[in-house]
Amino acid sequence: MTDDVSPLSLNVPEPGCRPGDTPDFSDFEIPRAGSVPRPPVDIDPDDMRDMAFSIVRVLNKNGEAVGDWAGSLTSDDLKAGLRHMMTLRTFDARMMNAQRQGKTSFYMQHLGEEAVSCAFSRAMRPGDMNFPTYRQAGLLIARDYPMLTMMNQIYSNADDPLHGRQLPIMYSSKEHGFFSISGNLGTQFVQSVGWAMASAISGDTKIAAGWIGDGSTAESDFHAAMVFASTYRAPVVLNIVNNQWAISTFQGIARGGVGTFAARGHGFGIASIRVDGNDYLAVHAVAKWACERARKGLGPTLIEHVTYRAGGHSTSDDPSAYRSKTEAAAWPLGDPIERLKKHLIVLGEWSDERHKQAEAEILDEVIAVQKTAEAVGTLGDGKAPSPRDMFEGVYETMPPHLIRQRQEAGF
Amino acid sequence: MAQMTMIEAIREAHDVAMAADEKVVVYGEDVGYFGGVFRCTAGLQEKYGKSRCFDAPINEAGIVGTAIGMAAYGLKPVIEIQFADYVYPAYDQIVSEAARLRHRSNADFTCPIVIRMPTGGGIFGGQTHSQSPEALFTHVSGLKVVMPSNPRDAKGLLLASIADPDPVIFLEPKRLYNGPFDGHHDKPIVSWKKHALGDVPDGDEAVPLGKASLYREGKDVTVLAYGTMVYVAEAAVEQSGVDAEIIDLRTLMPLDLDAIVSSVEKTGRCVIVHEATRTSGFGAELMSLVQETCFYHLEAPMIRVTGWDTPYPHAQEWEYFPGPGRVGEALKKVMEA
Repeated sequence: MTDDVSPLSLNVPEPGCRPGDTPDFSDFEIPRAGSVPRPPVDIDPDDMRDMAFSIVRVLNKNGEAVGDWAGSLTSDDLKAGLRHMMTLRTFDARMMNAQRQGKTSFYMQHLGEEAVSCAFSRAMRPGDMNFPTYRQAGLLIARDYPMLTMMNQIYSNADDPLHGRQLPIMYSSKEHGFFSISGNLGTQFVQSVGWAMASAISGDTKIAAGWIGDGSTAESDFHAAMVFASTYRAPVVLNIVNNQWAISTFQGIARGGVGTFAARGHGFGIASIRVDGNDYLAVHAVAKWACERARKGLGPTLIEHVTYRAGGHSTSDDPSAYRSKTEAAAWPLGDPIERLKKHLIVLGEWSDERHKQAEAEILDEVIAVQKTAEAVGTLGDGKAPSPRDMFEGVYETMPPHLIRQRQEAGF
Repeated sequence: MAQMTMIEAIREAHDVAMAADEKVVVYGEDVGYFGGVFRCTAGLQEKYGKSRCFDAPINEAGIVGTAIGMAAYGLKPVIEIQFADYVYPAYDQIVSEAARLRHRSNADFTCPIVIRMPTGGGIFGGQTHSQSPEALFTHVSGLKVVMPSNPRDAKGLLLASIADPDPVIFLEPKRLYNGPFDGHHDKPIVSWKKHALGDVPDGDEAVPLGKASLYREGKDVTVLAYGTMVYVAEAAVEQSGVDAEIIDLRTLMPLDLDAIVSSVEKTGRCVIVHEATRTSGFGAELMSLVQETCFYHLEAPMIRVTGWDTPYPHAQEWEYFPGPGRVGEALKKVMEA
């Protein structure tokens, strides 16, 4: 070792706040609502590079919708959106409890992230296809996919459309533009690009949307998706949901030295934009903008939805082991339901009383659906899918060795 | 009928499928304008346009991942991995996604894709141009695995694979692209243009998946082989004088077990030959199945002749490659037992 060289050391990023610490988001820069202009959809990605470092926001502190991105939805749309988010939150709470009661093996909630999938869904058209992760059930709720079918899947009962083959919440609905969820992270991001390429190859007008979390952007398939989307100018909207956490790992471990996840798009020449993920109006406006770009053949868009995973990663996770219990409450972008509620009250379209009433109605509805699902069966109790079913659908036609194994198993 | 090499037969199968169905799209590294490093897609871009046949970035996971998305949309992608040795970056997409999609979604989405990849050794390809990874795919439920050994089967099996509603791993022994090869590397090779199996039917005549072919009838011992090893086994028969029955499996998954059982029940002996490494190779599955189904007909322990459990070497090519000498020894040994 020579005198002018010191020993090297490994840089391992750490979150600002661990259990016992006081959360501090003072370094987190939040642009004023309405301050980010809305560019034309045919903008050259090079001319909007600053948008990957800012945050598109519509709702201000007073609950008013301000700036270029406001006005993409009517007040009826917004009331429907509020109901979707409230339904998703209630659904989550009931299913979390159902898991605690042993009625199913597993659940993952969306607490704090309801605006992202619920608002995005409203920018897509029938026939478009989402390639979701396990935390975008709002895409189904906002498209009026039957809650009963979702619960039957969670309970793996006899009415489960996936016949008990899949882990709870790994839904699939071609009809509702919701691609089959896989446990393997990042895989669907590149598949969404392929689906969009197929639409372009076929001269269609349908578009695809890919979904990935902040942690999974580190997967190789994220990179593959970006290369293919860029090369073939695929009609796809690529969504990164940055909820700050990948199980116990803070987003800085995946983000590395880059300023934002959206900035990753710059290296691929992809239009990249960051949005307040807890602002229903902003998410919808940005989604609509990106969908229009895709539909007009103007190329892919990368959206970073900035939000916070207020709940545990899953029913198998205890976040108090790695982050402060008060961090969610300190999150500066607030709660998506509270923010939209406030906006609707400002508009004179809503009130605390109506909100309470809606909460009660939704709870009644979810409980009623839950009773119907549980009357069919829960995991290991009631009517279950046939064991024969595990041999079906491996191939379109059952090959001889599977027929032999099914007979051997006695089904 | 036209006389063709295996390369020409594969190209012809693409051509026939693309002409018949506009949902068939073809892509991979160097597959478009250039026509493939082995010429298997030559002329297709010119004939069908860039939206049907195109070059891809060097990203195997991206090639397979996008194909899965295209299949979910309703297209039939026929994609190429330049060498089977380079399929591993796409393994997650193949195993976790393509193979499982029908089952996990209860057929809400399906994955009718064909993943072509040149495979096998005998060409001084060294570690990363010679591997035979078939066992990594036969072990995965939901995949079909096919390996032709001649131009006629290559065309027919590829057409059947493209028509198949499920994902097919289509392994092409590159040593057989231009002519049959029996392991006698010191002798000049014969072109398919002068071989009966180079006579390829016109049109879209498929060779069904899941059906083996009886390559050579014999009464002493059954040889289970596929790809290049079919010709090695034939040469070994000539050298050893053992009247072996050679079965070309053609499809490894689903396997034609009936053809295997009826042959072994007749001969009472079985030798299994593949280029791939031995431990946990496909030969182990074949041996297990024959043991389970033909135990009381066996007159001798089965023998596997395979690549050694080493990475595929360069300088030691012919000490590694299971040639007619080693196969011939096995035939004699199994007859002595």
